[in-house]
Amino acid sequence: MAGIVGYGSYLPRYRIKVEEIAHQWGRDAVAVKRGLMLQEKTVPGMDEDTITISVEAARNALKRAGIPPSEIGALYIGSESHPYAVKPSGTVVAEALGVVPEVHIADFEFACKAGTEAMFVAHALVKADLVKYAMGIGADTSQGAPGDALEFSASAGGSAFIFGKDDIVAEVLNTYSYTTDTPDFWRREGAFYPLHGGRFTGEPAYFKHILGAGTAILEKGGYKASDFAFAVFHMPNGKFPLTAGKKLGFKQEQMEPGWIVPLMGNTYSGSSPTGFSATLDVAKPDDLILLVSFGSGAGSDAFVFRVTDRINEVRDKADKLKDMLEGERFYLDYGEYAKYRGKIIMND
Amino acid sequence: MRDIAVVGIGMTKFGELWQQSLRDLFVEAAMKAIDDAGVDHIDSMYVGSMTPGLFVGQEHIGALMADYLGAAPVPAMRVESACSSGGMALRAGFFEVASGYSDIVLVGGVEKMNDGADVTYALATAADQEYEVYQGVTFPGLYALIARAHMHAYGTTHEQLAAVSVKNHKHGMMNPNAQFPREITRDQVLKATVIADPLTILECSPVSDGAACAIIAPIEIAKKLGKPVIKIIGTGAATDTIALHARADITTLNAVKQSAMAAFKMAGKQPKDIDLAEVHDCFSIAEICIIEDLGFTEKGKGGEFTEKGHTGISGQIPVNTSGGLKSKGHPVGATGIAQVVEVTEQLRGTAGKRQVKDAKVALTQNMGGSGASSVVHIFQKEV
Repeated sequence: MAGIVGYGSYLPRYRIKVEEIAHQWGRDAVAVKRGLMLQEKTVPGMDEDTITISVEAARNALKRAGIPPSEIGALYIGSESHPYAVKPSGTVVAEALGVVPEVHIADFEFACKAGTEAMFVAHALVKADLVKYAMGIGADTSQGAPGDALEFSASAGGSAFIFGKDDIVAEVLNTYSYTTDTPDFWRREGAFYPLHGGRFTGEPAYFKHILGAGTAILEKGGYKASDFAFAVFHMPNGKFPLTAGKKLGFKQEQMEPGWIVPLMGNTYSGSSPTGFSATLDVAKPDDLILLVSFGSGAGSDAFVFRVTDRINEVRDKADKLKDMLEGERFYLDYGEYAKYRGKIIMND
Repeated sequence: MRDIAVVGIGMTKFGELWQQSLRDLFVEAAMKAIDDAGVDHIDSMYVGSMTPGLFVGQEHIGALMADYLGAAPVPAMRVESACSSGGMALRAGFFEVASGYSDIVLVGGVEKMNDGADVTYALATAADQEYEVYQGVTFPGLYALIARAHMHAYGTTHEQLAAVSVKNHKHGMMNPNAQFPREITRDQVLKATVIADPLTILECSPVSDGAACAIIAPIEIAKKLGKPVIKIIGTGAATDTIALHARADITTLNAVKQSAMAAFKMAGKQPKDIDLAEVHDCFSIAEICIIEDLGFTEKGKGGEFTEKGHTGISGQIPVNTSGGLKSKGHPVGATGIAQVVEVTEQLRGTAGKRQVKDAKVALTQNMGGSGASSVVHIFQKEV
């Protein structure tokens, strides 16, 4: 049996509140907060990007796993904000962690599902005994055009998961992927910001794939929603995951620990992996956890995990997500936010 | 002119219908109408649609729909009059049958608005491009100007405007084809996101996909088909200045008045003879102006009349028993014919929970732009 032997997350400390963005664009903050169920979002510092976020999250995962970094045989980062169009993020991260040179590395992209893709492949390689340990990371400094609805949610952060066969924290019991050609959200080469099909991103995209993958993995494993202690769904806003979860038969209490979007925002490839990380922070041995991601384009990866006794040994070895989310925060006004996100055009 | 009846009706559900294309929608509604009529052929067809070219990149939809309906080589053409395209398609078909040229004519309307197009831009092409749209105004903006003027001139309150949406949603809850069949409260309407002050999002009709069709035929044929005979006893259409600012009084929709007068005259009826009406509530204020300009209430009293419940299903003159554009949905080209579907159900006595008791005479009013075109039809159940 293969599973997660270490997990860790990282969120920048900068935040911007919905009110601040709404004020900038003359929008009604109360209506936005009610409609999207969001309060604030994380903002990357000026020296933070997908690579630095991945390094921080991976270091926390290594602290919990307690394994030598050099034994990691594969490292994958899923993101839609890799700093380079050509040149991998993974090599920088692997070098910083001390994983190089005997390692297979690739950067993944599948909109918001790239993080669980990295996890999916890392798990598969370990299960197939091709490598002893493999790390899958989902991290983003998400883009949303100024004034677009996405600006209220697009945030920064990520999580890393090390897969292995010994000293497992959460076993992978089932996986399932559900994918179609559904162009609901995209960013073309050279474009600063993604475009999206408005309400088309809902029913035919997010819900179809989340529910498709969720329903199938429950059927495949012979599970009922009530068998699970927790469930985590991709969080483009506050409302969608709760609606999807309820349709699959989950209660709000089951989703609560992983439903971190009101304070975190949507960390794109890091969204559902970070919700899962927050859930592991509170899970007990033998708990079953369902994780379903969603990436535009479109597809969902679903996983069923069973938490082991080891969770109690590793949990406190690194910072917990809730502490990052609710700990020391620095609030930015829109001008600072624009500067931090590189939205102010300079000559050079 | 020959006497004419509606012999068949059919419509799709209205909503965000991602699984159905423009042609799928029309063919579904057309097949339902043909089945409902029990006819074995049609002689010609008119397809009302505002701007399939901008919404899905498809023009020439008369031929397209005839082809996909399997009706070619019958004559077919598209009728366009912005949001009154459906009503105008009925009027075109009416004259073809009334003249004796054709017997069985399919009149329909269709719009596929949810397919990635810039809907606000596409709809704004129904306003005056040179004098209105160029300045940045959109339809919610134009109707908000009407609302403010009405409030100023007659003391109409925002609560009274909200009563239109509340009432139409209450009706729409009973319509299985409605896009938003849910109850809303006055407070929800007033506190919803403002689109164009004073209008909130719950006072604006939604962006919808859908189609509706009706089959019309001379009364002699209608009598042989075995269903209650619903005669079309009046048709009227009129125009007004396309730009709102060119009107002497923007709280009066003169095209609505003129089209109603023509239809009433032809039918030999008066506003008091009407048992129910389907009107073009594209925005809450539109229904207030329309019920005044149709003569259901005095000018300036539409808000109070609505707030008192006189336009509810059991009120003096039930208006928009289908849920109207607000709750049922507004696939612009289909709306005029969907109104015909509703009044036919009502006059047949098959409107279920929405049924208006003893309905014998009904009116439909369908409008384009900020009221630059309006078309009214009056229907009567043959007893």
